[in-house]
Amino acid sequence: MKSERPAGRGGIGGWVFLVVVLVIYAVTGLVDYELVLSAIGIFMQLLDKVLPALALVFVLIFTVDLLLDPKRVEKYLGQRSGILGWLAAIVAGILSTGPVYAWYAVLHDLRQKGMRTSLVAVVLYSRAVKLPLLPLLVHYFGLGYTMVLASYLIGFSIIGGLLIERIDGMHAVSD
Amino acid sequence: MLDKRLKQSARKTLRTFITLLPIFAGMLLLTSLAVTLLPEQISAGLFGRHDLIDVLLGASAGSVAVGHPVASYILGGELLAEGVSLLAVTALIVSWVTVGIVQLPAEALMLGKRFAIYRNLMCFLFAIMIPFMTVYTLQLIG
Repeated sequence: MKSERPAGRGGIGGWVFLVVVLVIYAVTGLVDYELVLSAIGIFMQLLDKVLPALALVFVLIFTVDLLLDPKRVEKYLGQRSGILGWLAAIVAGILSTGPVYAWYAVLHDLRQKGMRTSLVAVVLYSRAVKLPLLPLLVHYFGLGYTMVLASYLIGFSIIGGLLIERIDGMHAVSD
Repeated sequence: MLDKRLKQSARKTLRTFITLLPIFAGMLLLTSLAVTLLPEQISAGLFGRHDLIDVLLGASAGSVAVGHPVASYILGGELLAEGVSLLAVTALIVSWVTVGIVQLPAEALMLGKRFAIYRNLMCFLFAIMIPFMTVYTLQLIG
């Protein structure tokens, strides 16, 4: 849910974060130079391991962006309901990119147009399955783990959608 | 038209890359320092007392953390390598991407206070359940 916060601030947040980390390194280096050298050594090893997966991540980000945009998602979610609506919500959540705040706005608009509350929750939860980042998850945790976790995340997005609509309905009755 | 779309997507991907690059580098650097500084403390200190406590710790840390999911994968992967349980790491990863304490005000403003609060509470509960189910499923399928 909080995935794209730095992007939401125009990407500056990420650079600030990097500068803060470099300052931490500099301060640590003043105290223990050997420790920083050792950390840089580990950093290089990590970088070497992760770079191939990262390259694949960017290929997938490009592909997803080419095939999908918020307007297209809005079209399917705004027009459909039933099973297709649920499927569309899951797919939209998985394929969605960009700042989560932009999606709050899109979902707010869709809700105003009659989108089911449950589908809003489904879109937000299924965003947890980050398709372009799956290679990185596979790299760290293995294919089996990634598939099992992604399946549960999708399954729980549906359960969450049903529960949130039920809770919303209960409060609507009591209001 | 396609050419224009390709260029547009390439530009957007480049922007995403530029946004992600410092986060990625920073997180790798921070993880490297943490791994150098606290390898045994991480694996034997906070974590490792009880499965449920590990999961609660992981889920709580992920809920308040701010950052790209990439950061949670890197941190989770390195914690796992340092001996932290897969249960705790999974809780961290799941709550990192599903629970948003920092984003709660924005979510409440756009989608309603009741919706945002219940949804985040529910996601926290799921972040406790999913690690157990994932790990047990993996054990079942061998």
